[in-house]
Amino acid sequence: MTDLLAIGTRKGLWLARSEDGRRTWTLDGPHLLAQEVAAVCVDTRRANPRVLAGIQYGHWGPTVMWSDDLGASWHETDSGAIRFPEDTGAALERVWQLRPDSADRPDVVWAGCEPHSLWRSTDGGCSFSLVRGHWDHPHRPTWEPGGGGGAVHTILPDPASDRVTIAMSTGGVYVSEDGGERWEPRNRGITAPFLPEPPEYGQCVHKVAVDAAGPDTLVAQNHFGVFRTEDAGRNWTSIADGLPADFGFPIAASPSAPGTAWVVPLVADMQRVPPAGRLRVHRTRDAGASWSESATGLPDASWTAVMRDAFCVDEADPTGVYVGTRDGCVYASADEGESFAVVAEHLPDVLCVRAVQLP
Amino acid sequence: MTVQVVLPGVLADLAGGCKHLDVDPSGGTLADVLDELAIRHPMLGRRLRDETGRVRRFVNVYVDGDDVRYLAGLSTTVRDGAQVQVLPSVAGG
Repeated sequence: MTDLLAIGTRKGLWLARSEDGRRTWTLDGPHLLAQEVAAVCVDTRRANPRVLAGIQYGHWGPTVMWSDDLGASWHETDSGAIRFPEDTGAALERVWQLRPDSADRPDVVWAGCEPHSLWRSTDGGCSFSLVRGHWDHPHRPTWEPGGGGGAVHTILPDPASDRVTIAMSTGGVYVSEDGGERWEPRNRGITAPFLPEPPEYGQCVHKVAVDAAGPDTLVAQNHFGVFRTEDAGRNWTSIADGLPADFGFPIAASPSAPGTAWVVPLVADMQRVPPAGRLRVHRTRDAGASWSESATGLPDASWTAVMRDAFCVDEADPTGVYVGTRDGCVYASADEGESFAVVAEHLPDVLCVRAVQLP
Repeated sequence: MTVQVVLPGVLADLAGGCKHLDVDPSGGTLADVLDELAIRHPMLGRRLRDETGRVRRFVNVYVDGDDVRYLAGLSTTVRDGAQVQVLPSVAGG
């Protein structure tokens, strides 16, 4: 069994492998050197795992590239995997999210992009179609860009139904129950302190994750606030009590233990650094009723930050937790966040990490 | 009509390894030249322009030595025998 950790940075992609149960890691890279890799996924549904990367050439524009041999060779579609239809008058700015669908939909891959748009591929990520039901939503003209740009950054397809949950900064949480045709905002209870009144939509939700309790239970890290819903987003309640700060970018949920999730608090709004300069992961095992701090192996005197996709969990047992920082460090925990070890240092800014197990 | 397109080395691989290409556009504007280039080399075309047809922000194009931003942009007239040079701008970090 090989554990594979894909690390997307501002200047390329690295692949870390562990052959000893995630105790030690070997770093391979850079791949795609000098290209920003803001989104990465490893599609393990295929005979040969496919690494998909949402890249930005800098001068030469964004696209999706893929490798079916773990980085030995890379490919892209001649005409571009993601191209806005002519009638939209829009152009792709950045690929923020690449998300394989379930095993029952083996060639379906979703992409979330800037400007706010959702895309669906039925050929494993070689080409994507704009999800018109989302693009044509009457709310779209009022979805404002957050500081990093306006994008669909979270896509959560339900493997057991046609439900798709997305999150946007800004815009908030939207849900489709019919595979993408119709969308409704589901943000009741999520605060938006940058607006005068709690809105129906327009929240700056930074990341959403599905709890192991089932598809109706989600957790969200917001631009101020950590929230939980047990009714598929119709009502959210705060679970931030006990955290040193309720601001942060990522959130991850255990794939196997209901009520277990992790966040990385930052002091905000303007500073956006770890509280007291100590980088820490905080974990709840009781659905947000309480939080505990993970310190072992994480640095003090650390004035960096963790971006929304530079944090993930794997599906191993016990669950692995992975943290990438803006100062180019990557930490891995093989014990559900009790302790961390360094996987990489001195990389460019880490923008995304994804971990999978390969047979 | 034939126009010579000069590419930076970093883009030559997308044009079969050639830094100098002779292009026969269907019309007499820079847009016609880039359209023909994109038909022959789609990936190269995408590097230079987005899907709306706009030249990317950090791509500079010169027609006979003049920056087309200060001419007529994509509508700049390109004469028979002209040289169209593509250069990346100073950007990045």
